[in-house]
Amino acid sequence: MVKTPKFDEIKVGDELKPLKLPPISRHQLALYCGGSGDHNPIHVDIDFAKKFGMKDVFAHGMLSMAFLGRQVTAFAPQSQIRKLGTRFSTITWVGDEITVTGKVVGKREENGEKLVDLEVNCINQDGKPTLQGNATIAAA
Amino acid sequence: MAEFAIDKKHIGHKFPAFTATVEAGKIRLFCKAIGEENPIHTDEAAAKAAGYRTIVAPPTFITAVTNDDPNKGGMLKLVDVNIGWILHGEQHYEYFAPIHVGDRLTCQQKITDVYDKKGGALWFVVSEIDVTNDAGKPVAKARSITVVRNPTKQ
Repeated sequence: MVKTPKFDEIKVGDELKPLKLPPISRHQLALYCGGSGDHNPIHVDIDFAKKFGMKDVFAHGMLSMAFLGRQVTAFAPQSQIRKLGTRFSTITWVGDEITVTGKVVGKREENGEKLVDLEVNCINQDGKPTLQGNATIAAA
Repeated sequence: MAEFAIDKKHIGHKFPAFTATVEAGKIRLFCKAIGEENPIHTDEAAAKAAGYRTIVAPPTFITAVTNDDPNKGGMLKLVDVNIGWILHGEQHYEYFAPIHVGDRLTCQQKITDVYDKKGGALWFVVSEIDVTNDAGKPVAKARSITVVRNPTKQ
């Protein structure tokens, strides 16, 4: 069980253990289509994707954002997450191998809560960031 | 082909609110898709042992809630864009309370900005969704940027 991290034990610059994901498969995109309710055919139907100028189907940005969520909930319990946001900077293709990185970039107190700001990114096999995100958690 | 543009008159447009119920089976499928194996998302006893009143949804499951719109695709209809031209630019969530199985959540979406870049090659629609529970208390706020590839410039 993930415990709420202690504010005093966290330092700016601390790095989270990278989360290495298996290669994105077409099957995973089909599951995410159904699971998320994002039925845009561009993620699952190659004929549709080609019609709109794409070489193949590609991963839902929100699938990768869920990986950011997994990285953050490995650091702090679900109930302690205050914010999670991201910019989607590069398309994630079938077969891409994503690693999620994270580090502590800030500590502050706000509304009586001890908040920790994280930078969380998805990086593809070429070292290119696909998602550039951030999160805020309430520490103990 | 006629000049493509998204009318800025849509800024401020409010979509009809809808209410969705959080279901255990949906959370289970969502977790399978994203590779999340923490039992607090599938097993009531594990969720309770971790301090939740029942099974809790993972952080980005909120997208499955906001996608549960009976008028799905309403924004693309409003701005008259085919779904094949869109990309996701940004997504930001603020969380005010955990989302549990059985929660009835009301989603209210509005368009907050429309702009273009690269001489109209890309258009951006910014929208916000307020998610509240049955007691009217805020549960989450979602801000999303949808990128539209100009069909006449591809």
